[in-house]
Amino acid sequence: MAPLDKNTDEAPKIVGDPFKIPDMECGAMADTHTFEAAPEHNEPLGFPGELVDNWKEVAIAKMGELAEKNRAFKVYLDTCVKCGACTDKCHYFLGSGDPKNMPVARQDLLRSVYRRYYTFAGRNFPWLVGARDLTKEVLDEWYTYYHQCSQCRRCSVACPYGIDTAEISMAAREILDSVGVGQKYCNEIIAKLKKTGNNLGLNPKALRATLEDLEEDLEDETGIAVKLPLDVKGADILLITPSADFFAEPHIDGLLGYAKVFHAAGVSWTISSYASEAANFGMFIGSYENMREVSWRIRQAAKDLGVKRIIFGECGHAWRVGYSFLNTLAGPFDFLDQNYPIPQHIMEFTSDALDEGILKIDKSRNDEFRMTYHDSCNVARGSAMGRKEGGQFDLPRKVLKAVCNHFYDMEQDTIRENTFCCGGGGGLLTDDLMDLRIKGAKPRMTALQQVSEDHGVTHMAAICAICKTQFSKVMPKYGYEMDSIMSVHQLVANAVILDGQVDDDDEDDD
Amino acid sequence: MLSTLYAVLFYVATILLIVGTGMKVLKYAKTPAPLKIPVSPAPRTKKGVVLRMGREVTLFQSLFKSNRWIWIFAILFHYGMLLVLLRHLRYFTQPVWWWVELVQPFGVYAGFIMVAGLAGLLFRRIFVNRIRYISSPSDYLMLLLIIGIGVTGLGMKFLMPVDILAVKTFFLGLMRFEINPLPMHFGLLLHLGLVAILMIIFPISKLMHAPGLFFAPSRTQVDNAREFRHLSAWAAQLPPLPEAIPDAEEK
Repeated sequence: MAPLDKNTDEAPKIVGDPFKIPDMECGAMADTHTFEAAPEHNEPLGFPGELVDNWKEVAIAKMGELAEKNRAFKVYLDTCVKCGACTDKCHYFLGSGDPKNMPVARQDLLRSVYRRYYTFAGRNFPWLVGARDLTKEVLDEWYTYYHQCSQCRRCSVACPYGIDTAEISMAAREILDSVGVGQKYCNEIIAKLKKTGNNLGLNPKALRATLEDLEEDLEDETGIAVKLPLDVKGADILLITPSADFFAEPHIDGLLGYAKVFHAAGVSWTISSYASEAANFGMFIGSYENMREVSWRIRQAAKDLGVKRIIFGECGHAWRVGYSFLNTLAGPFDFLDQNYPIPQHIMEFTSDALDEGILKIDKSRNDEFRMTYHDSCNVARGSAMGRKEGGQFDLPRKVLKAVCNHFYDMEQDTIRENTFCCGGGGGLLTDDLMDLRIKGAKPRMTALQQVSEDHGVTHMAAICAICKTQFSKVMPKYGYEMDSIMSVHQLVANAVILDGQVDDDDEDDD
Repeated sequence: MLSTLYAVLFYVATILLIVGTGMKVLKYAKTPAPLKIPVSPAPRTKKGVVLRMGREVTLFQSLFKSNRWIWIFAILFHYGMLLVLLRHLRYFTQPVWWWVELVQPFGVYAGFIMVAGLAGLLFRRIFVNRIRYISSPSDYLMLLLIIGIGVTGLGMKFLMPVDILAVKTFFLGLMRFEINPLPMHFGLLLHLGLVAILMIIFPISKLMHAPGLFFAPSRTQVDNAREFRHLSAWAAQLPPLPEAIPDAEEK
């Protein structure tokens, strides 16, 4: 195992091992405590504004209620045998070395309390089974470490019993919310969405102005009036896309890509100002009721506009909610056209359009980019696409290969169902967790550096708004430009040639 | 006297094992799963799920992918134990079923394999930092308990033989509610005592992973949320939300 050949001229340079297990450092992340929500963030979600007096009783009762209402929570708390197979799977553990970021240790923060109050062994022999009382310190520890989990489910793939730490982490956050200890980032955003229809608090007027600006840009670029319609009644397709697509880079370029694809396919479509958000942070805080309310807006908008289909833009956890939960939360969608999947992903639409030969593509327009693809965790492990198992991995790659000449995958164990989270998912994409985000991105960045070394990869594409924002922030820490992260539909937009398009040879891609 | 005590012990242990585990399993089955959460890529059909679970149960597929050392020890232990258990059916059947006879020669040596697997797991629990960190006293004791059962069993087979026919008479008797004398053999009494403890703690311990495995929604659900609406009973009772956009929010 001596690294004799490493980093010599002949052999490809080994830049690092994305799976390298760090030395354990107890308490390394104990002080990383994301900002707590204020009463005005908690109350609109139906939670107490601040820590309630009888928090202990409320928390214990809530735990019992969840065990009655959610089979996953109940079974996962019972079945862990502490085999340790998950211990080296979390990107936050790999990046920080804090043992409480090992999935099983993270679960045990809550399991130990559950055992104390709800199991025979824990009630009678707490020392034997590692059961402990619920104290204020324990509650604080929950807040700290359940906000260092991006709910990416990589550990669940590794578990012989399928135990999903995301379920435990969502439940923990719901218990915390129920006693009045919410997280500012998530709860403020959900409150904002309930008021304005999107996470940004963008009102319909501002949204219209933004879309009109983008239409102008598109017309300047192509000489064609490609539309970004808003609130058009009777359109066929309602596009539900993350609000980041309206203002952030490289998200906007993805939105322009959807618009071009829709234009080329000749379909009528619209965005809704009432449901101008695909993201659903209700999932991150584990609140079925909030997740349902947020999802319901999509149903209302679809009915109000009289559309026949719903298509989701590039957003990871939104697609998990869309694909796996929307029918449950806001269905049945018997008023939509049953000939199409409900909802459909933009990738499925573009993939079909490519198959049907509707899109005219000039791959060489992306020749300046040597691409790889980052599977976003929620798309990879919480959803699917297309008609075949694993379509969520194959369709984006198929589209990328159809529009780029240079595509190289990262190491197999870091992609597809084994993909590493970007480090910013699950409600952690906030500046007060930047240290955690940089550490959590390390395994992905190491795998990227390797494929850069081996194949000269310069850019990475993703289909998640959180991944895109996270990478544009953390990639500079790992030696990449912030625009090294791209939307898949940004590359589609570059390569697609619309009928009658006039190029002014002035390709300004950023 | 001791024979009567052991007879009572085994009746109690059997009842606790069956009733306790049965109640837990019933609870799992009755607890609703509010959302579709199969870890994808997941099968799109029931048949696919049966195959997926078949691979998990017989090959420990996920563990194979995630940690090869734990997988090796776990396979040695579980398959060793399976053969040992099948071999032990001879003490509860008269005449002995033909396929139990067939298992007999393998079952004897499977005891060593089982103990080796358990020793490997115990070694990792003690010497791998990460696993030691997550271990409670019960995690060590559980391994020691099963190792104890294995070692006392092997001891009786290879070192200090017991009047095995009398043991069989005792258990066949229990099955007909008669108490026959149990040989007063220290190894045997220890072996049987540990087995009874294992049976008693099964439903209140992590040994519930065995039946629990079949109730993990992340593995057992079919990936068909878009095609079929999944709705739990309690979610169906939530107050309805308005179909139309509320007036105040109209743009």
